[in-house]
Amino acid sequence: MSTLKVLLKKEFRQIFRNKAILAISFMMPIIQFLILPLAANYETKNINLAIVDHDRSSLSHKLLTQITGSGYFKLVDYSSSYKQAYQLVETDKSDLILEIPQGFERNLVRENNGKVFIAVNAINGTKAMVGGNYLNGIIAETNKNIITEFMPGANLDQGIELTTSYWFNPKLNYKIALIPGILAILVTMIGGFLCALNIVKEKESGTIEQINVTPILKRDFILGKLIPFWILAMIVFTIGLALAYFVYDIVPQGNLLVLYCFIAVYLLAVLGFGLLISTFCNSQQEAMFLQFFFIMIFILMGGLFTSIDSMPDWAKVLAKINPVNYIINVMRLVLLKGSGFRDILPDFIVVIIMAIVLNGWAVFNYKKTS
Amino acid sequence: MQTSFSSLKNQLFSFVRKEFYHVLRDKKVLLILFGLPVVQVLLFGFVLSNEVKDSRIVIVDQARDVASRKLIDKLDASRYFDVTRVSANKADIESEFKEGRIKAAIVFPANFQHDLQHGNKTQLQIITDGTDVNQANTIYGYISSIVFDFASEGSLQLVPYRIVPEVRMLYNPQLLGAPNFVPGVMAMVLMLVCVLMTAVAIVKEKEMGTMEILLVSPMQPALVIISKAIPYLLLSLINLLTIIALSVFVLDVPVNGNIFLLISVSTLFIITCLSLGILISTNTDTQQSAMFISLIGMLMPTMLLSGFMFPIENMPLALRIISNIVPSRWYYTIVKDVMIKGAGFESIWMETLIIGGMGLFFFLVSMKKFKIRLA
Repeated sequence: MSTLKVLLKKEFRQIFRNKAILAISFMMPIIQFLILPLAANYETKNINLAIVDHDRSSLSHKLLTQITGSGYFKLVDYSSSYKQAYQLVETDKSDLILEIPQGFERNLVRENNGKVFIAVNAINGTKAMVGGNYLNGIIAETNKNIITEFMPGANLDQGIELTTSYWFNPKLNYKIALIPGILAILVTMIGGFLCALNIVKEKESGTIEQINVTPILKRDFILGKLIPFWILAMIVFTIGLALAYFVYDIVPQGNLLVLYCFIAVYLLAVLGFGLLISTFCNSQQEAMFLQFFFIMIFILMGGLFTSIDSMPDWAKVLAKINPVNYIINVMRLVLLKGSGFRDILPDFIVVIIMAIVLNGWAVFNYKKTS
Repeated sequence: MQTSFSSLKNQLFSFVRKEFYHVLRDKKVLLILFGLPVVQVLLFGFVLSNEVKDSRIVIVDQARDVASRKLIDKLDASRYFDVTRVSANKADIESEFKEGRIKAAIVFPANFQHDLQHGNKTQLQIITDGTDVNQANTIYGYISSIVFDFASEGSLQLVPYRIVPEVRMLYNPQLLGAPNFVPGVMAMVLMLVCVLMTAVAIVKEKEMGTMEILLVSPMQPALVIISKAIPYLLLSLINLLTIIALSVFVLDVPVNGNIFLLISVSTLFIITCLSLGILISTNTDTQQSAMFISLIGMLMPTMLLSGFMFPIENMPLALRIISNIVPSRWYYTIVKDVMIKGAGFESIWMETLIIGGMGLFFFLVSMKKFKIRLA
């Protein structure tokens, strides 16, 4: 036990000696935590719209005022030339084109339907979908108005009406939805990177030889590397949680103790993964790149930005061994949905197994003799 | 003069060769350098998508009649949803959500069929999980269109006086993610290789003490640094071609514009990134700090502020202003214009000029800050 204590003292001294790294590992997550949620906003407003009106009738004007009055669209051009509108899309000045053909009003009155054409700049799929949907909604609304105008007394009140409620985030606030996941990712990155670089650094500077000739147990050596970064990551996590509360008004819905227990074990798994990488590599560059490679895949497949449900089956299987997937899930469950220990038990068990396997592997793989 | 020039050339050549040995010796790094873009493109191309598929939903059916059964079957049969459970109890919804098993719930009212047949209004309640905003919106959209289909199958009466919109998707008719992310992946990988690798490689020599040996050589100090950057220039070009080839042959995203224009502007971007890497290396002393600064200073802004993952126009004003100094923001625009929209030089000259200016600035500052004597 006393060996471990001495090792811990050494590690802490090394950490505190390098003020730059210490500052960075605290400042980086905090700054990101403050900037990221501001940047991550898919809310689509101010969609630029160019209208090409070949009809210039009272009906096309009515549609126009409906659209500009909705507040979602900014009319950048109103002309009779599709070519001109297309050029605006080409130069990114406009996202959508609404083309009203000649004889639009006449067709609507005589043939019961008037066609309009919507062209969407679809390079950005999400935005295109949202913009197109808004426009469709406005047209549907206009349709209702037209019907009540042309045939007063028509019964529009039949059929199925849909009511929606968005649970756990009723206003569909992007910040609330993303913050638990972002915090999870930041803690993963800080802990994982620092840990992965650490043993390698001793290898690179040759000091590991000095440790190898001492009777220090492999287990103690690994624990001595693990514990300081575990504490560091826990502190970063606590700061993040406090920021979420004070800056973004996120009040944890579930039990914080449950969350901390989970994070404690999760961090052991992630740090263990970092150590494992460290034992495989011979230079910091190698360790850094390997770790970057894996963390990037973990994060992209972690289900924060895109859902795991929509992945192909083989990727769903891979997602089961992705630790980031579990923490993002649990953070959302506990922080936003108020889930209890029982609800997250399956995730908990998986993470415990991961922690044991990864750390065991790291101890096994660290060889004192080369 | 002639001899000194040729000896200079020889010196530079041997330095560059030394750097190549360094890079090629480290097999693991090399493997990742070439593997990274491939994995990224494949991930974005085949795994990550915003579409909703097989979303698990729970249904609370208080009606239990023919109409509700029919609508439930219709929902389950669609590729968007997977009805995991039909229950009669509303309280089940909360526990399903809390265990994270479902994405949405639909509640049928008691007299569903009766109300439907007698021309009354009947209400379906849809509950979605607001902790995933995009999904919640899309799921609601799909449910409502399935319900609308279901409702219009029943009534034969046509609604009169309708404006019928016909929607056309420009550039990307199938709404694929690829045209949006291929330029982003390009910016990210180039940034990673050029800035991070170069900065770390130079600082490594400082950390190991071998930099002093290089500096006392007869070679110009500036050339020492430049020769360190050349292998990464080549590696980046290979990566660039790999990504373009993958996107054309695997993802079916063709290069619509001039490919030489794309490659030459990319080369300019690569040089700018290399200068930035050199600048970072002149300001740091340890590999770890060089790495963290590159990660915070470049990779994060590239992911967040280049418009690749999040739309810039939605950001607050301060971030929109900051995004202007992120080189990859301009590069991302260029690649999108040239590769996807097929635009020519006349529509990207401004962005090109900005990137070139930034590169020159980084280069001059780093040459000025570069110290011949180490502490």
